[in-house]
Amino acid sequence: MEDARGTPAILTARRAGLVGCTRCGRVHSPRESTCRRCGSALTSRDGASLQRVWAWLMAGMIAYVPAMTFPMLMTTTLGQQQENTIVGGAIHLFDEGSYFVALIVFVASVLIPISKFIAIGYLALSVRSSVVIRGHGRQRLYHVVEFIGRWSMIDVFVVAILSSLVRFGFTATITPGIAALSFALSVAFTMLSAQSFDPRMIWDAYEDDDT
Amino acid sequence: MTQIVMLAATAAILMVAAVFFPFLEIHASGLSRWSSLLGVVAAFSEGWMLPLTFGLGAMILVLPLARLAALIYTLAPMALGHRPAPHAALAFRWAEAMRPWAMVEIFILGAAISLVKISALADVALGPAFWALAVLVVVTVLKDTLMCRMTVWKTLEERRPS
Repeated sequence: MEDARGTPAILTARRAGLVGCTRCGRVHSPRESTCRRCGSALTSRDGASLQRVWAWLMAGMIAYVPAMTFPMLMTTTLGQQQENTIVGGAIHLFDEGSYFVALIVFVASVLIPISKFIAIGYLALSVRSSVVIRGHGRQRLYHVVEFIGRWSMIDVFVVAILSSLVRFGFTATITPGIAALSFALSVAFTMLSAQSFDPRMIWDAYEDDDT
Repeated sequence: MTQIVMLAATAAILMVAAVFFPFLEIHASGLSRWSSLLGVVAAFSEGWMLPLTFGLGAMILVLPLARLAALIYTLAPMALGHRPAPHAALAFRWAEAMRPWAMVEIFILGAAISLVKISALADVALGPAFWALAVLVVVTVLKDTLMCRMTVWKTLEERRPS
């Protein structure tokens, strides 16, 4: 079957014989090693990018396990100690009738991190395969992942505020649990993972497609 | 560009106010307590959670302020029609790199959730720092939507002394 007039070919900087700067977008001849506009280091494709993506992603996933299983908040009221995990806290809020807040906590600390693991993993796997995806789904996914990752930090802030405020000694005291630390690390690691991803690799599939 | 510089300066002033005024205050059965932003940062300073204190301090205090300072340094001379200051490109590159790690807007949402959580146990009063931060978030969002990074980079390059 003949494709009379296909979509206009996508011209990548690499095929044009140029190197694009990921920070400011200026293109240079391949001889340059630092960007003349912003001073960032230039490489056409970062060869070690995927390695770093996987390494940070693994670290993030490992740190996520204790973040889910260990207590996030320890509440002591009149000598009685109660420990709450992240999910436990969200369920507690739900039972009290604060559905909306419970939903925010659940989305920020369970839904977003897990879908981020999957999304980064998918992106890192899919740039290796030569499967061509029509449209710009992967570019969009990359931007969403980069934008949304930091919002998971919300639960760590909640713990910090609560435990700095509720300090009445014996009457009522809230202390942060170990999960707060590992959760913060998990979010930071996955943010680094998303940042190490070289988005230009997504475009390579289009390059192969045309030739 | 002038607007961005003004908004950045506003945000910086609000940030300083937010650090020193009380953030939240609670009253419960005759006891009351208030906490400032610094107190929140210090929440993890006991035992071996200490590293998290530095992380928290960076995310809600140091990096937002440093980012504002870098933006003002980059943009203010150009807004006044001068050449960019020395190392302005470096400053702007840092500002861009800091962007995902400055999390004040996430912090304010966290504060809102904490309010819901505590209000079941005690009366909570919002301090001036809370309002300062709330306005700061609006100003920051406004500033970031006004600012086009590509334009800033282009202007930096065009106005650079050769």
